[in-house]
Amino acid sequence: MNPELGNFALALACCMAAGQAILPLIGANRRDARLMALAPALAVGQMIALITSFACLIHAAITNDFSVQNVAANSAVSKPLLYKITGVWGNHEGSVLLWAMILSICGGAVALFGRNLPSALQARVIAVLGGVAAGFELFCLTTSNPFARVWPAPLDGQGMNPLLQDPGLAFHPPILYTGYVGFAVPFAFAIAALIEGRVDAAWGRWVRPWAVAAWCFLTCGIAMGSWWSYYVLGWGGYWFWDPVENASLIPWLTGTALVHSAIVVEKREALKIWTVLLAIGTFSFSLSGTFLVRSGILNSVHAFANDPARGVFILGLLALVIGGSLLLFAIRAPQLTTGGLFSPVSREGLLVLNNILLCSICAVVLTGTMYPPFMSLLFGKTISVGKPFFDATTIPLAIPLMVFMGFGPMVPWKRAQMWPVLRRLWWAACVALLALVLATFRMRDILAVLATATAVWVICSSIADIAERLRLFRQPLAQSWQRARSLPRAVFGAALAHAGVGIVVLGIAGMSQAAHRIVEVHVGESEMLAGDSWTLTDVHPAEGPNYSALVATIEVRHNGRLITTLHPSKRTFASQHQTTTEVAIHTNLLADIYGVLGDKHGDDANPTYVLRLHYNPLAPWMWLGGLIMAFGGALSLSDRRVRVGAPRRAKTVDVVVVQ
Amino acid sequence: MTRKSRRLWLVVACMIGLGSAAALTLNAFSSNIVFFMAPSQVHAKPPPADRTIRLGGMVVAGSVHREKVKDSPVNLFDVTDGQAAVTVRYEGILPDLFREGQSVVAVGTVNPDGTFRASEVLAKHDETYMPKEVAEELRRSGKWDPRFGKAPDAASWNTMTAADTPKKPATQTPDGN
Repeated sequence: MNPELGNFALALACCMAAGQAILPLIGANRRDARLMALAPALAVGQMIALITSFACLIHAAITNDFSVQNVAANSAVSKPLLYKITGVWGNHEGSVLLWAMILSICGGAVALFGRNLPSALQARVIAVLGGVAAGFELFCLTTSNPFARVWPAPLDGQGMNPLLQDPGLAFHPPILYTGYVGFAVPFAFAIAALIEGRVDAAWGRWVRPWAVAAWCFLTCGIAMGSWWSYYVLGWGGYWFWDPVENASLIPWLTGTALVHSAIVVEKREALKIWTVLLAIGTFSFSLSGTFLVRSGILNSVHAFANDPARGVFILGLLALVIGGSLLLFAIRAPQLTTGGLFSPVSREGLLVLNNILLCSICAVVLTGTMYPPFMSLLFGKTISVGKPFFDATTIPLAIPLMVFMGFGPMVPWKRAQMWPVLRRLWWAACVALLALVLATFRMRDILAVLATATAVWVICSSIADIAERLRLFRQPLAQSWQRARSLPRAVFGAALAHAGVGIVVLGIAGMSQAAHRIVEVHVGESEMLAGDSWTLTDVHPAEGPNYSALVATIEVRHNGRLITTLHPSKRTFASQHQTTTEVAIHTNLLADIYGVLGDKHGDDANPTYVLRLHYNPLAPWMWLGGLIMAFGGALSLSDRRVRVGAPRRAKTVDVVVVQ
Repeated sequence: MTRKSRRLWLVVACMIGLGSAAALTLNAFSSNIVFFMAPSQVHAKPPPADRTIRLGGMVVAGSVHREKVKDSPVNLFDVTDGQAAVTVRYEGILPDLFREGQSVVAVGTVNPDGTFRASEVLAKHDETYMPKEVAEELRRSGKWDPRFGKAPDAASWNTMTAADTPKKPATQTPDGN
């Protein structure tokens, strides 16, 4: 009964989405208030229907309803409850439904939080979201229905890939998808602006919080994914330049550019056409990222299925959404008024530079990702590009980006002088130079040295920015505190996000110095790595809920003092005949001690075990920095200026800018 | 600064950004592209010693053994495409799905003595999955043709060893046995 209810709710949502796509558009064109008022109602209705539908699927998974094919194929009675729930989005059908549900929540959010928008703009934004949602709900219903039944129902399901049974991965997809799908809102704003033929400062101000929110989720999602691959795959690596990872990085890069260029639209009414194009581009990359990857065009471990019907549907849908929006852009963009040009040394000048460099990095990553599949498609050559290619191309572009990033927040709008800015940043530059010198002695790779120095520069200049605004150490502390309280939160948010980038890059540079050893030892033997002595003291079997494991005990000592005891293990899942490796990690926030248990060799009386031992300096900083970036974004979202003082569209009203 | 010179500045900045991106990409493509090679190709035309390649094929049944070099275990196994076999040396833990008779992709360089030094060995998550490159190579060497049905069962590749394949290279039945 419940799966049918879910199926019905999905179909209902699809119909409502279709109505949501058409009626408000007509209403906005005819200035018919009643038709426009349908938009928020339909958006909220669609959201409720899809949440119901998704809840039904979760219910079927929890209650082990193996007559639902999706549950039978991906779940099992013995699976822990948490993974029964999260397993719902661990497969193609469920993840498409999750995708559609998040999109409908975005539509509902625009309906509920966008009451201060002009009704015609709001109606058009919701209509565009409805159109995209209708397409994907139709895709879900016709080619990948998660509620399809099987008969006769099997007694037990086939179980889930053990690699996916991990709390990190359980919450990674919803967060990442929220990031991807969140960019649908700026996209809808861009399309609505093109239909209206009007982009102004108020538009920039409305669109930016949505872009920032999506960016925060995407940043978190990418950081979580990277963390997952670090501790689950057990190779000691954190980013593999896999097509799927790149598919999330590309919209992140253009999304970051969008977040910055929207500031220029808001403050200076310039870069309008470019910002619209970025909004369209970011969502297009998100869409193609999620669906091209999963349709198996880019061959990867993440591909769920290779079904031609799905592929054709998805390609058609992508062509319609992306091609249609670009066509609209080509027709309408010339009618948008262009903003003024501005001097190179100014806040907007540096923001343009930020956009150019981010888009260059994006172009490079896109080329590296798409070149191999195109080569095999066109010429039948199998090649691959990996870490060396991406290191050699992205790092040289990222270094100037970070250098300018340090200046950005300090340079005033319109016309600026370089000298006063330099005077305020001299100490940050000195610290960065010191870091450069120190790093030259410690690291051999020139790119790692430069990355370290620029990362320190970014962090110091963010601190300098805040210190300067608070007049720290030039005024009594009480006065600085007063200033801190009146300073908009967005300023702190931006400084935090920038410092977060610096911390991520420091983590990456630190990881380039990671050491590892692979050893084969008897129980009781010790090995040395990175100044520590690692002793395998015990190996014993253990039983889990749906697996059996072999657990090792490794004691790590520094100069005889016990630092930590690691328990890496190997799990064997009987129902899938699969073995997974459970890494043991001990962190002190400056470095990770990382141990992996490998194969057992020799006779049972005196066996030897292969161990892989890693010492990863600064590794936790990569994810910590990612979280700080997302937190910075969230902090700027909580700024009063985002919530109150809804901008009006009068031409002359200028928002009061607190600098 | 005049309007014209400002526009010029913008255009120049864009050109420098995208130009350097293009230059970096082309430069990296010329030195960092990793080609896929089958063992027979490695025999016919060994790549230079500093060139990283991806070697793919089937692990020859019974060829996997280990050595110990200075406390570090080294895995040795032969990879075949049905025409020729290459010995792979890999210092590290073989992936959980690595099995004799299954397809494998090894990333690394070719030593002057013709052996392959792998820095990474990939076996895919799914037991029934075969890397695309390996499937393509099997098709080319006549071991298996997708037009004549599904890929042979992983277990049957145990019989696919380097010792017996060169004797009957092109006259194989399509299913690989």
